[in-house]
Amino acid sequence: MDFKLSEEQQALKQEFEDFFKREMENAPLDYQNRSPLEAMYGSDEGWEFHKSMKKKLAEKGWLTMAWPKEYGGREAPVIEQLIFSEVQSYYRAPGLDGFGVKMFAPTLMLYATDEQKERLLPPIAKGEVQYCQGWSEPNAGSDLASLKTVAIKEGDHYVINGQKVWTTAAHRADHIFLLARTNPSQKRSSGLSVFNIEMNTPGIEVRPIEYMNGVHIYNEIYFTDVKVPVEERIGPENEGWKLTRATMNFERSGVGSFAEARRSFEELLKYVQTTKRDGKALIENQIVRQKLAKLYIGIETGRALAYKTAWLQEKGSLTFSAAAASEGKVFGTELRQQVANFATEIMGLYGQVEHSKWAHLNGVMIDGYQMSPGSNIAAGSSEIQRNIIAWVGCGLPRFN
Amino acid sequence: MNLDFTSEQDMLRDTVSRFLANECPYDRVKELEETAEGYSPELWQKMAELGWLGLLFPEEYEGYEGQFIDMIIIQEEIGKAVFPNPLFSTVIQCGSIILEGGSEEQKKELLGQIAEGSLIMALAQYEEDGSYLSSGIKMPAEADGDRYILNGTKMFVMDANISDKLIVAANIKDKGLSLLLVDAKDTGITITKIPTIGKDNTCEVIFKDVRVAKENIIGSPGNGLEILEKINAKAAVAKAAEMVGSCKACIDITIDYAKQREQYGKPIGGFQVIQHYMANMLLAYDTSYNYLYRVACMVDEGEDFTAEASALKACLNENYKFVSERAVQIHGGIGTTREGDIGLFYRKAKSCEYICGDTDFHYENLIDKILSANPI
Repeated sequence: MDFKLSEEQQALKQEFEDFFKREMENAPLDYQNRSPLEAMYGSDEGWEFHKSMKKKLAEKGWLTMAWPKEYGGREAPVIEQLIFSEVQSYYRAPGLDGFGVKMFAPTLMLYATDEQKERLLPPIAKGEVQYCQGWSEPNAGSDLASLKTVAIKEGDHYVINGQKVWTTAAHRADHIFLLARTNPSQKRSSGLSVFNIEMNTPGIEVRPIEYMNGVHIYNEIYFTDVKVPVEERIGPENEGWKLTRATMNFERSGVGSFAEARRSFEELLKYVQTTKRDGKALIENQIVRQKLAKLYIGIETGRALAYKTAWLQEKGSLTFSAAAASEGKVFGTELRQQVANFATEIMGLYGQVEHSKWAHLNGVMIDGYQMSPGSNIAAGSSEIQRNIIAWVGCGLPRFN
Repeated sequence: MNLDFTSEQDMLRDTVSRFLANECPYDRVKELEETAEGYSPELWQKMAELGWLGLLFPEEYEGYEGQFIDMIIIQEEIGKAVFPNPLFSTVIQCGSIILEGGSEEQKKELLGQIAEGSLIMALAQYEEDGSYLSSGIKMPAEADGDRYILNGTKMFVMDANISDKLIVAANIKDKGLSLLLVDAKDTGITITKIPTIGKDNTCEVIFKDVRVAKENIIGSPGNGLEILEKINAKAAVAKAAEMVGSCKACIDITIDYAKQREQYGKPIGGFQVIQHYMANMLLAYDTSYNYLYRVACMVDEGEDFTAEASALKACLNENYKFVSERAVQIHGGIGTTREGDIGLFYRKAKSCEYICGDTDFHYENLIDKILSANPI
């Protein structure tokens, strides 16, 4: 057993590091002092930076490195994807539209017609489009199958009515992949279909949901008599549920969270070494030292788990990696929350200060403190992740 | 990168696991806890025959040249069985000290005896104020011709009551901390077991005018600190391995119980409150387990692992307590009894916490190491 990267992997890591280090020097002012989603989608400058980075990643072939060769990818081993995620997250770099590259594209590869694949995959691969994910509704969150948005077929098109919510980046997206009920007489996971829809289609209205700090990442989307051509339905009618389960061998260890946390830890370490209060450097305070020790342990143990998850995924051990992916998600998001909480406690009065001349560490920690509850809820809440860990990882029975 | 065990390592784990399941089920553990010796000499001999005691030693000293990771596997399985035995004190602490600092003669004489199971040893370092720090070691070793004379009290010496020899950390004037090899049966030594939550062989050892020949020093006068710090870090990793194994056993036992125990006509393992406890327990275990092997690899590769050893031990101090406490809670009333097995783990978690450094000690050590690696 050994944890060392091969020479090839080491070289690849160096290439990623050189690239991101260089490119992030061009980031807009304050970009790296904001949490990733906010930085990418919350401001116009951030959005433009994300788009330009997306193109660069596409040119390097990194955007689609995990894709099958027939679609222009190189089927990169999971460990290489892990290295990429780790470096990208450490540098707080944008450029990845996960909705398009990691969620919708695999669905297309498995279920779309040749015409749809030819039309929709290349723009994703080239980093030319942004997708958003039309799943959650006001009364369908963790219980997604109870969704109510309908798509009724009328001749050569569908008419869509309903509402989606918590849609990340809907105000920036060119397309949405929508899950809607095509057969209203069928219940739950039956009678659903998937659609590719342009966001500028008449009848679609995007309304911002202001996050608690006023940041605009999430949205509501209202669909009123939206006409969508039949050619935009992906896969068979009424069998959309199984399309939501389409995945590819994307790295899903959650390593990015631990890399982000490591970056924050390093900033915090320097801060407590160089900041004095009551005549002493903060690092001399016992309580500060204990908090740092706890964070270090969380980051390193989480990272060890992420590497193991990727290793087993690479070897095709899916049962383990299903539970482990949930473990990485819940451990990683809660760790980032703890980093932000400890950091803002250590800063004392200055912990509360947002981006301004008074802010310590440029306000990045209080930003993380506010954004982290969102991460614990989005993409499968911590509660759902724990259910999965108990069912899959512990083999406990599932009622209902 | 290769995160798989070798087939030999898989076999080793399997052998240890089957041996302990057959020879020392939890009822036997409880019986051994009640005996004065606190271990089974018969099983100790069998462990020697299986080659575990000499596993870490080079061939020229009757060893098998195993990797540290092999010992970690054994420790993990011992942790699953909460198996009471002096391998940790004799092999991992004292054997490693002799290997690290001993003379050729000492190695030849002692390591072979350890490997064949005829020599049990204990490490006497802590004293009455309970400090983990080397500065807390006050006992003098007074030079007197060709001997040193020891007077004072050593505390929390694991397995002293069954040992043939002790390694004693004491201060030689003008030289500093040194390690002395002392006959445990010396008439000036009084050994008494201390009642502890672990129901183990934690002892008080009182030295009264104990004379030690000068050649019985391990290493040279004053280099005890260097040896001790290195071996304590290694031992902390090995103790953490035992604790990782114990966490796994807690989880497996509790999963079985939660699937069988029914209330309201359903297995309690189907209730989400139990599931979320279990998910948190599994998270604590999986993170600990994977970090353990990362650190063990560093030991085998000769990297500096002292910061990581502290991070790992502090992590397991907390996680083992957490996992075993939740395991008792999920078991309900039966979990609190001597009859039930899960209470064994709850007690051992607390006693393991103190061995090779408690959480505060390791937090502090970890931060010191991080700071010296990251100067301003």
